[in-house]
Amino acid sequence: MPKAKVTFQDIGVSVTVPAGTRLIEVSEKVGAGITYGCREGECCTCLTKIVSGGEFLAPPSILEDQVLKDNMAPRGHRLACQAQIIGGEIVVKPA
Amino acid sequence: MVAAALTDNAVEIAPGVHWVGALDPHLRSFDIILKTANGTSYNAYVVRGENGVAIIDTVKENFADDFFRRLESVARYDEITTIVLNHLEPDHSGALPELLKRAPQARVYLSSRAQMMLKALLKPSGEKPPEYIPVTTDDEVDLGGRTLRFLHTPYLHWPDTQCTYLVEDGLLFTGDIFGCHFCDNRLFNDQVGDFRFSFEYYYAHIMRPFRQYVLDAIALIEPLEINLIAPAHGPILRHAPRDYVHRYRELATPRLFNEARSEKTLVVFYISAYGNTRRMAEALAAGAESIGGVRVSLYDLEGGESGIFTDLIEEADGLAFGSPTINADAVKPIWDVLSSLTTVNVKGKLGAAFGSYGWSGEAVRLIEDRLRGLKLRVPVEGLRIKLVPDASELEACRDLGEQLARHLTGRVEHRDISMAALA
Repeated sequence: MPKAKVTFQDIGVSVTVPAGTRLIEVSEKVGAGITYGCREGECCTCLTKIVSGGEFLAPPSILEDQVLKDNMAPRGHRLACQAQIIGGEIVVKPA
Repeated sequence: MVAAALTDNAVEIAPGVHWVGALDPHLRSFDIILKTANGTSYNAYVVRGENGVAIIDTVKENFADDFFRRLESVARYDEITTIVLNHLEPDHSGALPELLKRAPQARVYLSSRAQMMLKALLKPSGEKPPEYIPVTTDDEVDLGGRTLRFLHTPYLHWPDTQCTYLVEDGLLFTGDIFGCHFCDNRLFNDQVGDFRFSFEYYYAHIMRPFRQYVLDAIALIEPLEINLIAPAHGPILRHAPRDYVHRYRELATPRLFNEARSEKTLVVFYISAYGNTRRMAEALAAGAESIGGVRVSLYDLEGGESGIFTDLIEEADGLAFGSPTINADAVKPIWDVLSSLTTVNVKGKLGAAFGSYGWSGEAVRLIEDRLRGLKLRVPVEGLRIKLVPDASELEACRDLGEQLARHLTGRVEHRDISMAALA
Protein backbone atom coordinates (compact mmCIF):
# COMPACT_ATOMS: atom_id res chain seq x y z
CA MET A 1 0.00 0.00 0.00
CA PRO A 2 1.40 3.46 -0.89
CA LYS A 3 2.66 5.40 2.11
CA ALA A 4 2.72 9.07 2.99
CA LYS A 5 4.30 11.12 5.76
CA VAL A 6 2.45 13.75 7.71
CA THR A 7 4.22 16.05 10.14
CA PHE A 8 2.38 17.82 12.93
CA GLN A 9 4.54 20.87 13.38
CA ASP A 10 3.12 21.98 16.73
CA ILE A 11 4.16 18.80 18.56
CA GLY A 12 7.13 17.81 16.42
CA VAL A 13 5.84 14.43 15.32
CA SER A 14 6.01 12.86 11.84
CA VAL A 15 3.83 9.85 11.17
CA THR A 16 4.10 7.42 8.28
CA VAL A 17 0.55 6.61 7.20
CA PRO A 18 -1.12 4.53 4.48
CA ALA A 19 -2.50 6.55 1.55
CA GLY A 20 -6.19 7.25 2.08
CA THR A 21 -5.86 8.18 5.76
CA ARG A 22 -7.70 11.30 6.87
CA LEU A 23 -5.81 13.84 9.01
CA ILE A 24 -8.30 13.34 11.86
CA GLU A 25 -7.37 9.67 12.15
CA VAL A 26 -3.77 10.55 12.91
CA SER A 27 -3.84 13.90 14.65
CA GLU A 28 -5.95 12.76 17.58
CA LYS A 29 -3.82 9.69 18.16
CA VAL A 30 -0.61 11.70 18.36
CA GLY A 31 -2.22 14.44 20.46
CA ALA A 32 -1.66 17.27 17.99
CA GLY A 33 -3.28 20.60 18.78
CA ILE A 34 -5.93 20.29 16.08
CA THR A 35 -9.29 20.15 17.87
CA TYR A 36 -12.56 18.73 16.62
CA GLY A 37 -16.21 19.61 16.90
CA CYS A 38 -18.81 18.00 14.65
CA ARG A 39 -16.29 15.73 12.84
CA GLU A 40 -18.52 15.93 9.78
CA GLY A 41 -17.12 18.94 7.94
CA GLU A 42 -19.71 21.45 9.11
CA CYS A 43 -18.48 23.39 12.14
CA CYS A 44 -14.96 24.36 10.99
CA THR A 45 -13.50 23.71 14.46
CA CYS A 46 -10.72 21.56 12.95
CA LEU A 47 -9.48 24.22 10.54
CA THR A 48 -5.83 23.34 9.88
CA LYS A 49 -3.02 25.23 8.19
CA ILE A 50 -1.30 23.16 5.53
CA VAL A 51 2.27 24.41 5.85
CA SER A 52 3.47 22.39 2.84
CA GLY A 53 2.43 19.47 0.69
CA GLY A 54 -1.16 20.58 0.13
CA GLU A 55 -1.01 18.92 -3.29
CA PHE A 56 -0.77 15.57 -1.51
CA LEU A 57 -4.24 15.95 -0.05
CA ALA A 58 -7.34 14.95 -2.03
CA PRO A 59 -9.12 18.12 -3.24
CA PRO A 60 -11.86 19.45 -0.95
CA SER A 61 -15.43 18.29 -1.58
CA ILE A 62 -18.09 20.84 -2.50
CA LEU A 63 -19.27 20.80 1.12
CA GLU A 64 -15.78 21.39 2.53
CA ASP A 65 -15.18 24.15 0.01
CA GLN A 66 -18.39 25.87 1.05
CA VAL A 67 -17.61 25.59 4.76
CA LEU A 68 -14.11 27.01 4.21
CA LYS A 69 -15.62 29.89 2.27
CA ASP A 70 -18.37 30.56 4.83
CA ASN A 71 -15.80 30.73 7.57
CA MET A 72 -13.47 32.96 5.62
CA ALA A 73 -10.64 30.43 5.88
CA PRO A 74 -7.37 31.78 4.45
CA ARG A 75 -5.73 30.03 1.49
CA GLY A 76 -3.84 26.87 2.34
CA HIS A 77 -6.25 25.77 5.05
CA ARG A 78 -8.28 22.57 5.20
CA LEU A 79 -10.67 20.80 7.52
CA ALA A 80 -8.71 18.02 9.22
CA CYS A 81 -11.82 15.87 9.56
CA GLN A 82 -12.23 15.88 5.78
CA ALA A 83 -8.74 16.14 4.30
CA GLN A 84 -7.54 12.82 2.96
CA ILE A 85 -3.83 12.09 2.52
CA ILE A 86 -2.99 10.60 -0.87
CA GLY A 87 0.82 10.39 -0.71
CA GLY A 88 4.00 12.44 -0.41
CA GLU A 89 5.02 14.56 2.55
CA ILE A 90 2.67 16.97 4.24
CA VAL A 91 3.33 19.41 7.08
CA VAL A 92 0.38 20.77 9.08
CA LYS A 93 -0.32 22.82 12.19
CA PRO A 94 -3.47 24.08 13.96
CA ALA A 95 -4.91 27.21 12.30
CA MET B 1 -42.12 41.42 36.66
CA VAL B 2 -43.44 44.40 38.55
CA ALA B 3 -45.71 47.42 37.99
CA ALA B 4 -48.65 47.68 35.65
CA ALA B 5 -48.86 45.62 32.49
CA LEU B 6 -46.90 47.03 29.60
CA THR B 7 -48.93 48.62 26.86
CA ASP B 8 -49.36 46.66 23.63
CA ASN B 9 -47.80 49.56 21.79
CA ALA B 10 -44.17 50.03 20.92
CA VAL B 11 -42.04 51.98 23.40
CA GLU B 12 -39.93 54.85 22.12
CA ILE B 13 -36.30 54.55 23.23
CA ALA B 14 -35.03 57.49 21.14
CA PRO B 15 -36.70 59.75 18.56
CA GLY B 16 -37.91 57.46 15.76
CA VAL B 17 -36.51 54.36 17.44
CA HIS B 18 -38.86 51.95 19.21
CA TRP B 19 -38.70 48.81 21.31
CA VAL B 20 -41.06 46.20 19.84
CA GLY B 21 -39.97 43.20 21.91
CA ALA B 22 -41.80 40.86 24.24
CA LEU B 23 -41.73 40.02 27.93
CA ASP B 24 -41.55 36.46 29.23
CA PRO B 25 -41.95 36.87 33.00
CA HIS B 26 -42.71 33.23 33.81
CA LEU B 27 -39.65 31.61 32.25
CA ARG B 28 -37.59 29.90 34.97
CA SER B 29 -34.72 28.40 33.02
CA PHE B 30 -33.18 29.36 29.70
CA ASP B 31 -31.43 26.98 27.31
CA ILE B 32 -31.48 24.47 30.21
CA ILE B 33 -28.24 25.92 31.63
CA LEU B 34 -29.41 29.26 33.05
CA LYS B 35 -31.81 30.03 35.87
CA THR B 36 -34.14 32.97 35.23
CA ALA B 37 -35.69 33.89 38.58
CA ASN B 38 -37.93 36.62 37.19
CA GLY B 39 -38.09 35.61 33.55
CA THR B 40 -36.56 37.35 30.57
CA SER B 41 -37.35 39.65 27.70
CA TYR B 42 -36.76 39.35 23.97
CA ASN B 43 -35.86 42.79 22.71
CA ALA B 44 -36.43 43.82 19.11
CA TYR B 45 -36.27 47.32 17.70
CA VAL B 46 -37.64 49.49 14.90
CA VAL B 47 -35.57 52.34 13.42
CA ARG B 48 -37.31 54.81 11.16
CA GLY B 49 -35.36 56.71 8.49
CA GLU B 50 -36.53 59.07 5.75
CA ASN B 51 -36.35 56.34 3.13
CA GLY B 52 -37.41 53.30 5.03
CA VAL B 53 -37.79 51.35 8.23
CA ALA B 54 -35.34 48.86 9.71
CA ILE B 55 -36.24 46.02 12.06
CA ILE B 56 -33.43 44.88 14.32
CA ASP B 57 -33.91 41.28 15.49
CA THR B 58 -37.22 39.63 16.33
CA VAL B 59 -38.47 37.52 19.27
CA LYS B 60 -39.05 33.92 20.29
CA GLU B 61 -41.74 32.29 18.15
CA ASN B 62 -44.34 31.97 20.97
CA PHE B 63 -44.17 35.72 21.47
CA ALA B 64 -44.53 36.69 17.80
CA ASP B 65 -48.03 38.13 18.36
CA ASP B 66 -46.69 40.65 20.91
CA PHE B 67 -43.89 41.60 18.51
CA PHE B 68 -46.16 42.13 15.51
CA ARG B 69 -48.72 44.05 17.55
CA ARG B 70 -46.08 46.47 18.77
CA LEU B 71 -44.45 46.69 15.34
CA GLU B 72 -47.79 47.55 13.72
CA SER B 73 -48.24 50.41 16.19
CA VAL B 74 -45.27 52.27 14.66
CA ALA B 75 -44.74 50.99 11.10
CA ARG B 76 -46.49 49.43 8.09
CA TYR B 77 -45.03 46.27 6.64
CA ASP B 78 -44.58 47.85 3.21
CA GLU B 79 -42.32 50.49 4.79
CA ILE B 80 -39.82 47.91 5.96
CA THR B 81 -36.74 48.05 3.74
CA THR B 82 -34.23 46.46 6.10
CA ILE B 83 -34.10 43.56 8.54
CA VAL B 84 -30.94 43.29 10.62
CA LEU B 85 -30.16 39.97 12.28
CA ASN B 86 -27.59 40.51 15.00
CA HIS B 87 -27.98 36.94 16.25
CA LEU B 88 -29.98 34.05 14.81
CA GLU B 89 -30.61 31.96 17.91
CA PRO B 90 -34.33 31.02 17.91
CA ASP B 91 -35.20 33.38 20.78
CA HIS B 92 -34.33 36.25 18.44
CA SER B 93 -35.29 34.79 15.08
CA GLY B 94 -38.52 33.00 16.02
CA ALA B 95 -40.75 35.60 14.37
CA LEU B 96 -38.47 35.99 11.35
CA PRO B 97 -40.20 33.56 8.94
CA GLU B 98 -43.53 35.35 9.49
CA LEU B 99 -41.91 38.79 9.25
CA LEU B 100 -40.38 37.81 5.90
CA LYS B 101 -43.83 36.82 4.66
CA ARG B 102 -45.32 40.13 5.74
CA ALA B 103 -42.43 42.26 4.43
CA PRO B 104 -41.09 40.26 1.46
CA GLN B 105 -39.43 43.34 -0.04
CA ALA B 106 -37.06 43.77 2.90
CA ARG B 107 -33.37 43.05 2.52
CA VAL B 108 -31.78 41.05 5.31
CA TYR B 109 -28.39 42.12 6.67
CA LEU B 110 -26.43 39.56 8.66
CA SER B 111 -22.89 38.37 9.29
CA SER B 112 -21.14 36.03 6.91
CA ARG B 113 -21.32 33.19 9.45
CA ALA B 114 -25.07 33.69 9.80
CA GLN B 115 -25.88 32.76 6.21
CA MET B 116 -25.93 29.00 6.71
CA MET B 117 -27.92 29.42 9.91
CA LEU B 118 -30.52 31.53 8.13
CA LYS B 119 -31.01 28.80 5.52
CA ALA B 120 -31.31 26.17 8.26
CA LEU B 121 -33.84 28.27 10.20
CA LEU B 122 -36.05 28.83 7.17
CA LYS B 123 -35.97 25.17 6.11
CA PRO B 124 -39.29 24.13 7.73
CA SER B 125 -41.20 27.04 6.19
CA GLY B 126 -40.27 25.81 2.71
CA GLU B 127 -39.91 29.45 1.73
CA LYS B 128 -37.19 30.59 -0.60
CA PRO B 129 -34.55 32.46 1.46
CA PRO B 130 -34.97 36.24 1.22
CA GLU B 131 -32.46 38.55 -0.38
CA TYR B 132 -29.69 38.67 2.19
CA ILE B 133 -26.47 40.58 2.33
CA PRO B 134 -23.51 39.46 4.45
CA VAL B 135 -21.91 42.44 6.19
CA THR B 136 -18.86 43.10 8.30
CA THR B 137 -17.26 45.94 10.28
CA ASP B 138 -17.87 49.39 8.78
CA ASP B 139 -20.42 48.21 6.19
CA GLU B 140 -23.37 50.58 6.26
CA VAL B 141 -27.04 50.80 5.33
CA ASP B 142 -28.51 54.23 4.61
CA LEU B 143 -32.10 54.55 5.86
CA GLY B 144 -32.32 58.19 4.76
CA GLY B 145 -30.82 60.63 7.26
CA ARG B 146 -29.89 57.68 9.44
CA THR B 147 -27.13 55.17 9.02
CA LEU B 148 -26.80 51.66 10.37
CA ARG B 149 -23.15 50.63 10.64
CA PHE B 150 -22.19 47.05 11.42
CA LEU B 151 -19.53 45.70 13.76
CA HIS B 152 -18.19 42.19 13.23
CA THR B 153 -18.29 40.75 16.77
CA PRO B 154 -18.39 36.96 16.37
CA TYR B 155 -18.81 34.36 19.15
CA LEU B 156 -20.86 36.52 21.47
CA HIS B 157 -22.00 33.82 21.99
CA TRP B 158 -22.50 32.13 18.61
CA PRO B 159 -20.33 32.38 15.50
CA ASP B 160 -22.93 34.55 13.78
CA THR B 161 -23.19 37.45 16.22
CA GLN B 162 -22.71 41.08 15.25
CA CYS B 163 -23.57 44.53 16.62
CA THR B 164 -25.29 47.36 14.77
CA TYR B 165 -24.60 51.03 15.45
CA LEU B 166 -27.04 53.80 14.62
CA VAL B 167 -24.43 56.39 13.77
CA GLU B 168 -26.28 59.72 14.04
CA ASP B 169 -27.91 58.85 17.38
CA GLY B 170 -25.09 56.93 19.07
CA LEU B 171 -27.33 53.90 19.66
CA LEU B 172 -25.73 50.48 19.78
CA PHE B 173 -27.82 47.35 19.16
CA THR B 174 -25.72 44.60 20.61
CA GLY B 175 -27.58 41.30 20.40
CA ASP B 176 -26.79 39.21 23.47
CA ILE B 177 -23.71 41.09 24.64
CA PHE B 178 -24.58 43.50 27.50
CA GLY B 179 -27.89 41.66 27.84
CA CYS B 180 -29.29 39.64 30.73
CA HIS B 181 -32.27 37.53 31.65
CA PHE B 182 -34.25 40.04 33.65
CA CYS B 183 -37.89 40.82 33.01
CA ASP B 184 -39.19 44.22 34.03
CA ASN B 185 -41.79 46.16 32.10
CA ARG B 186 -40.15 49.47 33.03
CA LEU B 187 -37.58 48.50 30.35
CA PHE B 188 -34.85 51.07 31.07
CA ASN B 189 -31.90 50.49 33.37
CA ASP B 190 -32.58 53.66 35.36
CA GLN B 191 -36.14 52.52 36.14
CA VAL B 192 -36.10 48.73 36.55
CA GLY B 193 -35.35 46.76 39.72
CA ASP B 194 -31.85 45.69 40.72
CA PHE B 195 -30.57 43.65 37.79
CA ARG B 196 -26.84 43.75 38.55
CA PHE B 197 -26.73 40.11 39.59
CA SER B 198 -28.51 39.08 36.38
CA PHE B 199 -26.08 41.11 34.27
CA GLU B 200 -23.04 39.40 35.79
CA TYR B 201 -24.68 35.96 35.92
CA TYR B 202 -25.41 36.25 32.22
CA TYR B 203 -21.81 37.16 31.45
CA ALA B 204 -20.54 34.26 33.58
CA HIS B 205 -22.68 31.65 31.86
CA ILE B 206 -23.02 32.94 28.32
CA MET B 207 -20.05 35.14 27.46
CA ARG B 208 -17.25 33.88 29.67
CA PRO B 209 -16.21 30.98 27.40
CA PHE B 210 -15.62 33.57 24.69
CA ARG B 211 -13.75 36.17 26.71
CA GLN B 212 -11.11 36.84 24.08
CA TYR B 213 -13.92 37.58 21.61
CA VAL B 214 -15.50 39.82 24.25
CA LEU B 215 -12.27 41.80 24.48
CA ASP B 216 -12.04 42.00 20.67
CA ALA B 217 -15.61 43.32 20.51
CA ILE B 218 -14.99 45.84 23.27
CA ALA B 219 -11.99 47.16 21.34
CA LEU B 220 -14.40 47.94 18.47
CA ILE B 221 -17.08 49.36 20.76
CA GLU B 222 -15.03 51.56 23.10
CA PRO B 223 -14.12 54.23 20.52
CA LEU B 224 -17.79 54.78 19.64
CA GLU B 225 -19.87 57.66 20.95
CA ILE B 226 -22.57 55.73 22.83
CA ASN B 227 -25.76 57.29 24.14
CA LEU B 228 -27.67 54.06 24.65
CA ILE B 229 -27.07 50.33 24.45
CA ALA B 230 -30.01 48.26 23.24
CA PRO B 231 -29.32 44.58 23.98
CA ALA B 232 -31.48 41.65 22.90
CA HIS B 233 -32.39 40.64 26.49
CA GLY B 234 -33.03 42.61 29.65
CA PRO B 235 -32.94 46.32 30.44
CA ILE B 236 -32.14 48.93 27.80
CA LEU B 237 -29.02 50.70 29.02
CA ARG B 238 -29.63 54.42 28.59
CA HIS B 239 -28.09 55.62 31.85
CA ALA B 240 -24.29 55.47 31.87
CA PRO B 241 -24.09 52.90 29.05
CA ARG B 242 -20.32 53.11 28.98
CA ASP B 243 -20.19 51.74 32.55
CA TYR B 244 -21.53 48.44 31.23
CA VAL B 245 -18.86 48.32 28.53
CA HIS B 246 -16.26 49.00 31.17
CA ARG B 247 -17.69 46.27 33.41
CA TYR B 248 -17.48 43.78 30.55
CA ARG B 249 -13.82 44.63 30.10
CA GLU B 250 -13.28 43.99 33.81
CA LEU B 251 -15.18 40.70 33.71
CA ALA B 252 -13.19 39.47 30.71
CA THR B 253 -9.85 40.31 32.31
CA PRO B 254 -8.16 38.07 34.91
CA ARG B 255 -8.78 39.45 38.38
CA LEU B 256 -5.25 39.38 39.77
CA PHE B 257 -1.92 39.98 38.12
CA ASN B 258 -0.57 36.63 36.97
CA GLU B 259 2.76 36.20 38.75
CA ALA B 260 3.70 33.41 36.31
CA ARG B 261 2.97 35.52 33.26
CA SER B 262 6.35 34.93 31.64
CA GLU B 263 6.13 31.17 32.23
CA LYS B 264 3.79 28.43 31.12
CA THR B 265 1.51 27.10 33.83
CA LEU B 266 0.60 23.51 34.62
CA VAL B 267 -2.07 22.70 37.20
CA VAL B 268 -2.03 19.17 38.57
CA PHE B 269 -5.33 18.05 40.12
CA TYR B 270 -5.58 14.77 41.95
CA ILE B 271 -7.72 12.83 44.35
CA SER B 272 -6.42 9.85 46.23
CA ALA B 273 -7.96 7.13 48.41
CA TYR B 274 -4.76 5.64 49.87
CA GLY B 275 -2.14 8.21 48.92
CA ASN B 276 -0.89 6.38 45.82
CA THR B 277 -2.35 8.76 43.23
CA ARG B 278 -1.17 11.63 45.45
CA ARG B 279 2.41 10.32 45.33
CA MET B 280 2.11 10.08 41.56
CA ALA B 281 0.85 13.68 41.39
CA GLU B 282 3.73 14.94 43.54
CA ALA B 283 6.31 13.16 41.40
CA LEU B 284 4.70 14.42 38.18
CA ALA B 285 4.66 17.98 39.55
CA ALA B 286 8.31 17.74 40.58
CA GLY B 287 9.25 16.46 37.14
CA ALA B 288 7.44 19.29 35.38
CA GLU B 289 8.93 21.88 37.73
CA SER B 290 12.44 20.61 36.98
CA ILE B 291 12.07 21.82 33.41
CA GLY B 292 12.62 25.55 33.35
CA GLY B 293 9.87 27.87 32.20
CA VAL B 294 6.92 26.02 33.73
CA ARG B 295 5.12 27.07 36.91
CA VAL B 296 3.37 24.08 38.50
CA SER B 297 0.45 24.15 40.95
CA LEU B 298 -0.74 21.08 42.81
CA TYR B 299 -4.32 20.72 44.07
CA ASP B 300 -6.14 17.97 45.92
CA LEU B 301 -9.72 17.97 44.60
CA GLU B 302 -10.95 16.85 47.98
CA GLY B 303 -10.04 20.25 49.40
CA GLY B 304 -11.93 22.53 47.01
CA GLU B 305 -15.01 23.16 44.93
CA SER B 306 -15.67 22.97 41.22
CA GLY B 307 -16.22 26.73 40.84
CA ILE B 308 -12.79 27.61 42.21
CA PHE B 309 -11.12 24.93 40.11
CA THR B 310 -12.89 26.27 37.03
CA ASP B 311 -11.21 29.64 37.61
CA LEU B 312 -7.81 27.93 37.89
CA ILE B 313 -8.41 25.88 34.78
CA GLU B 314 -9.40 28.92 32.73
CA GLU B 315 -6.03 30.52 33.42
CA ALA B 316 -3.80 27.43 33.06
CA ASP B 317 -1.86 26.41 29.96
CA GLY B 318 -1.77 22.73 30.91
CA LEU B 319 -3.87 20.44 33.10
CA ALA B 320 -3.15 17.03 34.53
CA PHE B 321 -5.82 15.00 36.32
CA GLY B 322 -5.07 12.11 38.64
CA SER B 323 -7.74 9.69 39.77
CA PRO B 324 -7.86 6.21 41.21
CA THR B 325 -10.19 3.76 39.51
CA ILE B 326 -13.17 2.77 41.61
CA ASN B 327 -15.73 0.39 40.12
CA ALA B 328 -14.21 0.80 36.65
CA ASP B 329 -14.55 4.59 36.61
CA ALA B 330 -12.76 7.77 37.63
CA VAL B 331 -14.18 9.16 40.87
CA LYS B 332 -17.00 11.69 41.08
CA PRO B 333 -14.96 14.78 42.10
CA ILE B 334 -13.02 14.40 38.84
CA TRP B 335 -16.21 14.25 36.80
CA ASP B 336 -17.66 17.16 38.78
CA VAL B 337 -14.76 19.31 37.59
CA LEU B 338 -14.71 17.93 34.07
CA SER B 339 -18.44 18.54 33.66
CA SER B 340 -18.19 22.15 34.89
CA LEU B 341 -16.03 23.55 32.13
CA THR B 342 -18.63 24.72 29.63
CA THR B 343 -18.35 28.23 31.07
CA VAL B 344 -14.66 28.60 30.24
CA ASN B 345 -12.56 28.14 27.14
CA VAL B 346 -10.27 25.13 27.41
CA LYS B 347 -9.80 24.50 23.70
CA GLY B 348 -6.20 23.74 22.80
CA LYS B 349 -4.89 23.52 26.37
CA LEU B 350 -2.52 20.66 27.13
CA GLY B 351 -4.17 17.78 28.99
CA ALA B 352 -2.98 14.59 30.66
CA ALA B 353 -4.23 11.90 33.03
CA PHE B 354 -2.70 9.54 35.55
CA GLY B 355 -3.77 7.36 38.44
CA SER B 356 -3.17 4.36 40.64
CA TYR B 357 -5.52 1.41 40.44
CA GLY B 358 -6.01 -1.90 42.17
CA TRP B 359 -7.78 -4.00 39.62
CA SER B 360 -8.69 -2.75 36.13
CA GLY B 361 -7.57 0.92 35.89
CA GLU B 362 -10.05 2.43 33.45
CA ALA B 363 -9.98 5.94 34.96
CA VAL B 364 -6.97 7.25 33.04
CA ARG B 365 -8.32 6.40 29.59
CA LEU B 366 -11.78 7.71 30.48
CA ILE B 367 -10.31 11.03 31.63
CA GLU B 368 -8.21 11.27 28.47
CA ASP B 369 -11.30 10.73 26.33
CA ARG B 370 -13.12 13.47 28.20
CA LEU B 371 -10.18 15.85 27.81
CA ARG B 372 -10.16 15.23 24.05
CA GLY B 373 -13.92 15.75 24.00
CA LEU B 374 -13.37 19.13 25.64
CA LYS B 375 -10.94 19.92 22.79
CA LEU B 376 -7.78 19.74 24.86
CA ARG B 377 -4.73 18.24 23.18
CA VAL B 378 -3.44 15.09 24.82
CA PRO B 379 -0.01 14.47 23.28
CA VAL B 380 1.43 12.25 26.02
CA GLU B 381 -0.12 8.94 26.91
CA GLY B 382 -1.35 8.85 30.51
CA LEU B 383 0.18 6.78 33.24
CA ARG B 384 -1.54 3.93 35.11
CA ILE B 385 0.23 2.33 38.07
CA LYS B 386 -1.01 -0.70 39.91
CA LEU B 387 -1.48 0.09 43.62
CA VAL B 388 1.67 1.45 45.31
CA PRO B 389 4.16 3.18 43.01
CA ASP B 390 7.74 2.02 43.57
CA ALA B 391 10.84 4.10 42.90
CA SER B 392 11.00 3.31 39.18
CA GLU B 393 7.29 4.01 38.77
CA LEU B 394 7.64 7.34 40.54
CA GLU B 395 10.47 8.05 38.12
CA ALA B 396 7.99 7.36 35.29
CA CYS B 397 5.67 9.93 36.88
CA ARG B 398 8.52 12.46 36.96
CA ASP B 399 9.19 11.67 33.33
CA LEU B 400 5.54 12.28 32.45
CA GLY B 401 5.79 15.68 34.16
CA GLU B 402 8.96 16.49 32.24
CA GLN B 403 7.33 15.54 28.95
CA LEU B 404 4.30 17.71 29.68
CA ALA B 405 6.59 20.61 30.55
CA ARG B 406 8.50 20.16 27.29
CA HIS B 407 5.25 20.21 25.34
CA LEU B 408 4.17 23.36 27.14
CA THR B 409 7.44 25.12 26.39
CA GLY B 410 7.77 23.86 22.82
CA ARG B 411 10.92 21.88 23.56
CA VAL B 412 9.82 18.47 22.33
CA GLU B 413 12.34 16.47 20.37
CA HIS B 414 11.13 15.55 16.90
CA ARG B 415 9.80 12.01 16.65
CA ASP B 416 9.21 9.83 13.61
CA ILE B 417 6.62 7.13 14.13
CA SER B 418 4.49 4.76 12.13
CA MET B 419 0.72 4.84 12.16
CA ALA B 420 0.77 1.15 13.07
CA ALA B 421 2.47 2.06 16.36
CA LEU B 422 -0.43 4.33 17.27
CA ALA B 423 -3.12 1.67 17.30
